Amino acid sequence: MSTGTLYDKVWDLHTVRTLPTGQTQLFVGLHLIHEVTSPQAFGMLRERDLQVAFPDRTYATADHIIPTAELARPFGDRQAETMMQALETNTQSHDITFFDPDSGAQGIVHVVGPEQGLTQPGMTIVCGDSHTSTHGAFGAIGFGIGTSQIRDVLATQCIAMNKQQVRRIEVTGALGEGVYAKDIILKIIAQLGVEGGIGYVYEYGGPAIEALEMDGRMSICNMSIEGGARAGYVNPDATTFDYLKGRKYAPSGAAWDRALDYWRSIRSDADATYDDVVTIDGSAIEPMVTWGITPGQGLGISERVPAPDTLPPSKQAVARQALDHMDLEPGQSMQGVPIDVAFLGSCTNARISDLREAARLLQQTEGTVADGVRALVVPGSQGVKQQAEDEGLDAIFRRAGFEWRGAGCSMCLGMNEDQLQGRELCASSSNRNFIGRQGSKDGRTVLMSPAMVVAAAIHGTITDVRTLL
Amino acid sequence: MPNDSATIKTVSGPGVPVRGNDIDTDRIIPARFMKEVTFENMGDYAFYDARRHDDGSRNDHPFNRFPTARILVVNQNFGCGSSREHAPQALMRWGIDGLIGESFAEIFMGNCQALGMPTATADAEVVAWLMDHVEAHPDATITLDVEQEIATVSDRTLPVTINDSQREALLNGIWDTTALMKSYLDDVQHTAEQLPYLNGFVKRNA
Repeated sequence: MSTGTLYDKVWDLHTVRTLPTGQTQLFVGLHLIHEVTSPQAFGMLRERDLQVAFPDRTYATADHIIPTAELARPFGDRQAETMMQALETNTQSHDITFFDPDSGAQGIVHVVGPEQGLTQPGMTIVCGDSHTSTHGAFGAIGFGIGTSQIRDVLATQCIAMNKQQVRRIEVTGALGEGVYAKDIILKIIAQLGVEGGIGYVYEYGGPAIEALEMDGRMSICNMSIEGGARAGYVNPDATTFDYLKGRKYAPSGAAWDRALDYWRSIRSDADATYDDVVTIDGSAIEPMVTWGITPGQGLGISERVPAPDTLPPSKQAVARQALDHMDLEPGQSMQGVPIDVAFLGSCTNARISDLREAARLLQQTEGTVADGVRALVVPGSQGVKQQAEDEGLDAIFRRAGFEWRGAGCSMCLGMNEDQLQGRELCASSSNRNFIGRQGSKDGRTVLMSPAMVVAAAIHGTITDVRTLL
Repeated sequence: MPNDSATIKTVSGPGVPVRGNDIDTDRIIPARFMKEVTFENMGDYAFYDARRHDDGSRNDHPFNRFPTARILVVNQNFGCGSSREHAPQALMRWGIDGLIGESFAEIFMGNCQALGMPTATADAEVVAWLMDHVEAHPDATITLDVEQEIATVSDRTLPVTINDSQREALLNGIWDTTALMKSYLDDVQHTAEQLPYLNGFVKRNA
């Protein structure tokens, strides 16, 4: 087992006791909830006549079902309205802070937590959402939980869990132009597989990771779960502390200085031991795209779609199914594949630096959205949206032909009105290319960085963004 | 504190083989069916799209061909993707009592455990044989013995593995952890009092 890693230290600090099952009862420092996976848990509390044990350690937002075009109540979708009302009632009756649309702080839960300064180093953070791994970017241990576990957290502020192994993923070198954090994580998953992280927490480090600002680190940790790892983290450093300073829920005054001591103390020790170490050459990573139906079916943009029979036996059937669903041929380049929709959003890539880089590319190329392509920008939060508008980014997107929407999960999973239709193919900055993911069972998703989404939107086909630089 | 009424020593019934690696939770239950505030109807949505032709009629998906199944047999990394408990809830409410597979995604496995549904793993050859056997003998009863870590079917005994904590939880009836963890609330309070970020980052003596 690992020793001296951030994960070991945070785990020990939050251990309440060992349960008779052998699992650890682990204290949860921050619990985030949203409208889709929490109402059933509140229902179970009511059935058992239980109260929320630590209401000040749970924060709520609405993101999955929220419309991004028209927020007037009641929502046009009756089911969405019911879910919203349930969250309003549940948070009110249990004294839980709810970042609702009127607060100006609503947004995707994994964008809101960091933005508000709630997400801090050395915490355990859970949410009924698998992309809770995002919060690891701050040197927290964040992981997704199911609804029965949400019930556990509400009633006890704890979860029952087994300790994981730790795999250090060292990304060396410097990224080339047109290559981003998203490309690093797509490369890692392509190399280690979608099941490669089962039983592991990933510690991301090395020069290419340390050079990233927080938004990029969040993109990487966000997709840990796509590689099978329930949590992933980056050791906190000056970049982390700079991001947090002055945020609403971050410590201030004398507490800030004391916080720095704690945050520095939980970094992995220089002589920490890991259960596994993987090294990846960051300077060799190209812009990545997926060609299939799992996030691990990815390739560098200059590579070609593989022939299933050249893959390891366990990957062949899924590859055949992927080629069939995506309507691709082995040996084909992904460059030039026509797109119908360009989606710039999601908890992976809808933060301010994602929007800035996308807008910069649009300005630099003077590009506009190609004929026949539907293009959406869905900011990750109302905060991101406001910031972008203050910087004039919305005007750049609109002028180029993008729709400028309100904050939410939107077309990443198609639980609101933003869905693919029929066999539409979407160039998407989101995190999952599963069959049916974006709201149409026949819809097709190609995952890529926000910059690559812009390049695809301009050309109407999947394009190497480096040709635009 | 064992809870005898919740003890799960064995689960048994006909099987259903759902072949393929990396079957994700969006496939098990598409997100558009999660817009309900209870889990009550989730059984209707299990593999909803995968079970249907374009015109909405049923295809030959195993969930259509093995409607009385109780034991789901799968390959690698089953249940990957989202943390939605809607996925195991859909399977359970459709009729599944236990799963045997080559491997399971972690959050999915934890969610199954929290519902008292064992997720047993077995070697690829064992799973392949079991899938073929179920196809050939749809009425054969599979018995998954949590205590012995074996599955029996048609006079054959197959070795399976159930991780230690899941096995303890099922055998002692403590897979629903709320009451158990709540009984240690004093310890929880003590842990909270030691955490720097809940106490103004002032150093305390343990």
